[in-house]
Amino acid sequence: MKDVFKKPDSFFDEFSRSAGVDKEATHYCPGCGHGNLHKLVAEAIDDLGIVDRTVFVSPVGCSVFGYYYFHVGNVQAAHGRAPAVATGVRRALPQSIVISYQGDGDLAAIGANEILQAANRGELMTVIFVNNAIYGMTGGQMAPTTLLGQKTTTTPYGRKIANEGYPLRVSELLSTLTAPVYIERCTLEDSKTIMKTRKAIRKALEYQISGKGFSLVEVLSPCPTGWEIEPLASREWLTKNMVSVFPPGVYKERTDAEPRTMEPLKVLNAQEVLGALNMSAGPDQRVASIPPDFPTHELVLAGFGGQGVLLLGQLLTKSSMTEGKFVSWLPSYGPEMRGGTANCHVVVSRRRIGSPFVPRPTLLIAMNQPSLEKFADSVRPGGMVVYDSSFVKTASIPSHVTPVPIPFSEIANQLGNAKTANMVAAGAIIALTGITEEESFTALIKKLRKKELIETNLKALAAGRESALALGIQVAGVGIH
Amino acid sequence: MSKELLKGNEAIVVGAILAGCRSYFGYPITPASEIAETAALLMPKVGGTFIQAESEIGAINMVYGAASCGQRTMTASSSPGISLKQEGISYCACAELPCVVVDIMRGGPGLGNIGPEQADYNQMVKGGGHGNYKVVCLAPNGAQEMCDLTMLAFDLADTYRNPVAILADGFIGQMMEPVEIPAPVIDLPEKKWAVKGTGDTRDNLISSIYLKHDDLEAQIHKLYAKYNEIEKAEVRFEEYRLDDCEYVAVAYGIVSRILMSAIDEARDAGIKIGMLRPITLWPFPNARLRELSRHVKGMLVAECSTGMLIDDVKLAIECSVPVRLYSRVGGNIPSATELGIAIRQLQEELP
Ligand SMILES: Cc1ncc(C[n+]2csc(CCOP(=O)(O)OP(=O)(O)O)c2C)c(N)n1
Ligand code: SF4
Repeated sequence: MKDVFKKPDSFFDEFSRSAGVDKEATHYCPGCGHGNLHKLVAEAIDDLGIVDRTVFVSPVGCSVFGYYYFHVGNVQAAHGRAPAVATGVRRALPQSIVISYQGDGDLAAIGANEILQAANRGELMTVIFVNNAIYGMTGGQMAPTTLLGQKTTTTPYGRKIANEGYPLRVSELLSTLTAPVYIERCTLEDSKTIMKTRKAIRKALEYQISGKGFSLVEVLSPCPTGWEIEPLASREWLTKNMVSVFPPGVYKERTDAEPRTMEPLKVLNAQEVLGALNMSAGPDQRVASIPPDFPTHELVLAGFGGQGVLLLGQLLTKSSMTEGKFVSWLPSYGPEMRGGTANCHVVVSRRRIGSPFVPRPTLLIAMNQPSLEKFADSVRPGGMVVYDSSFVKTASIPSHVTPVPIPFSEIANQLGNAKTANMVAAGAIIALTGITEEESFTALIKKLRKKELIETNLKALAAGRESALALGIQVAGVGIH
Repeated sequence: MSKELLKGNEAIVVGAILAGCRSYFGYPITPASEIAETAALLMPKVGGTFIQAESEIGAINMVYGAASCGQRTMTASSSPGISLKQEGISYCACAELPCVVVDIMRGGPGLGNIGPEQADYNQMVKGGGHGNYKVVCLAPNGAQEMCDLTMLAFDLADTYRNPVAILADGFIGQMMEPVEIPAPVIDLPEKKWAVKGTGDTRDNLISSIYLKHDDLEAQIHKLYAKYNEIEKAEVRFEEYRLDDCEYVAVAYGIVSRILMSAIDEARDAGIKIGMLRPITLWPFPNARLRELSRHVKGMLVAECSTGMLIDDVKLAIECSVPVRLYSRVGGNIPSATELGIAIRQLQEELP
């Protein structure tokens, strides 16, 4: 015969973690449902053979001390966040079984979003949701599940629809989601309903063990202390008042859910990590040969969003980087870009770069009229303003800088691809300033995946170079020496 | 090619993966979103987890869960999101969970704007959550450091079982610079304390409750003993042109980069000024600053906050020399010209 007093293996014989003096009694009040429920959960853990694999997440509420009792891996979580914590655990330990044991304040009030989202992601976890229609731990305040008219310390006149709304029905709410595989509401009224709860808990855990998905058992549970009712009378109160508002039953069951197999996380070696990143490690071996008189170039590139000015800046930066120069690229970011204009700052130097921010450029590339108007005055004396004369009709450019009008977009159109205006500009900039070698830039273009694009871009680059040279502008001196 | 042109935000994820981080939990926010986007791209390739959490609160608590299992894990956000994470960071500190939290600061208070600011200094460096705890705080000022210091952050977090923060601003996050890729870390420290869902870790408990006052006091003392160790062993800073200096400027993050340019110009004009750049904001380079204060006429603190870093500088040197502030806020950053003027004013005031 089974010894009915034998404690399950997953339940401590003695509660040595307890702060109380008596290490054999639980900290729960007489008549509290938590004690019953703990026992049912512990038995299920034992019987399903998952003692070693189980991680129990205790929330904040009367069951915050779940770890006094459950002899399994324990993680105590912040108020309401148990489903998020359990998510972290479950993802880090794909082969574990995770139980999130939460009260109604924890789950349905402060943690309502966490439970909703974990359920909706279909996290492989089992939630035991203790609905006692009150905040037990903090001394009997209203919970989202508090009944209409029910007096609590924060609804001293009884819960009113006008002020507090209706009791929140969690099982009903969550069963509207697609992902959960099993949601049942049970109660702890008498031995019959307790047996039903026992079954439901097992089923919920089995759904997790088989990898089918998220399961939740809501348990209507007495809180004699919070309700200010005698322990014995509290079961009756539950039957009389709670069951009609929170009808027991299976709210969701997807027996046909596809089981997921959870492999242990793979540990990669160094080669595999670098392979996944598509990068190689170690110091840069190339010897840079930058001419000693190479100046510091500080560029502002600006235009309409979609003209590719950010990419143009990046490619000039990257090309210069491959030559061993010091480089930085700083974009304007966020909503400003959505307004239709984009700009970036580029610095290329033979020395370590201080500020990547360029308030006074040596070179402005303006791909449209507003950009020219916005930045022309900021260009340093002796600097250069290169602009797309296909769009800029009236240029007022300070006399101390060299204006370089080139119809980038028209040239690109003639070549058959308006989108390459930025490459035409690149060809011109390289020819005018020597910021990078055309060879290095060409090498970058050649790495593009689409072969047709390589051709068009190279053509655009060459056309840009020729258009700049045709102007016959004397360029020595641009940049900070 | 072993040099990659990376955004600061991307470099953080590369560093994290190289350091063995295998889970990222985050919620989008400008100017930190590329961290989540890059993690979403790369984590699956190394068998890791990426989850776009329901909120920053969800994210930090997922980090709490993964860290409880001994996994190297992280989250990132920008200022308002960091405010939401503070409760979780406090829990991690008390439960002694190693994790990395990145803050790419933007303009505040309130919704503020998405420009670069440094006004999370107090909420990050002084521990913005409740209770007695500290967070190691690293302040990169370029893409290479975004990668390198993220790797260091995971090591420090494990060594001391404490959250480590990376505190950078929108510009450092958005800027692209060359990054030399460090070798991946393969041998991760064993964590006997972690909950692993195995028979031999059944006795392990991750918790931040200490019901008895004496127990909590003992735990806090334990944390602070650890913090003393950190203050002794982990102070990091960079010195720039400090030899023979008569003035010291102090800045971190994007401001330190601009200050370098301003110092170069000031030196050209004959002003003997150098910079001390804290790389660890906590632990703060107190000793070095005190030493410097004995030889200089004054100090200048430049920051994109209304005077937070300056408090730590004044404390470090016990106000033994005058300290002046140059501050820009609201998403503005000081130009090298403005800092140059501030340097000249300092010299004129304290010749
Ligand atoms: C952020 C935060 N807010 C409030 C609290 C205080 N608090 C602790 S438990 C609790 C309510 C617990 O009620 P419930 O989840 O229903 O569990 P029960 O105690 O009834 O089992 C509250 C509000 C807290 N610990 N943390
Ligand atoms: S207050 Fe209520 S829920 Fe808490 S232990 Fe007592 S009876 Fe149980």
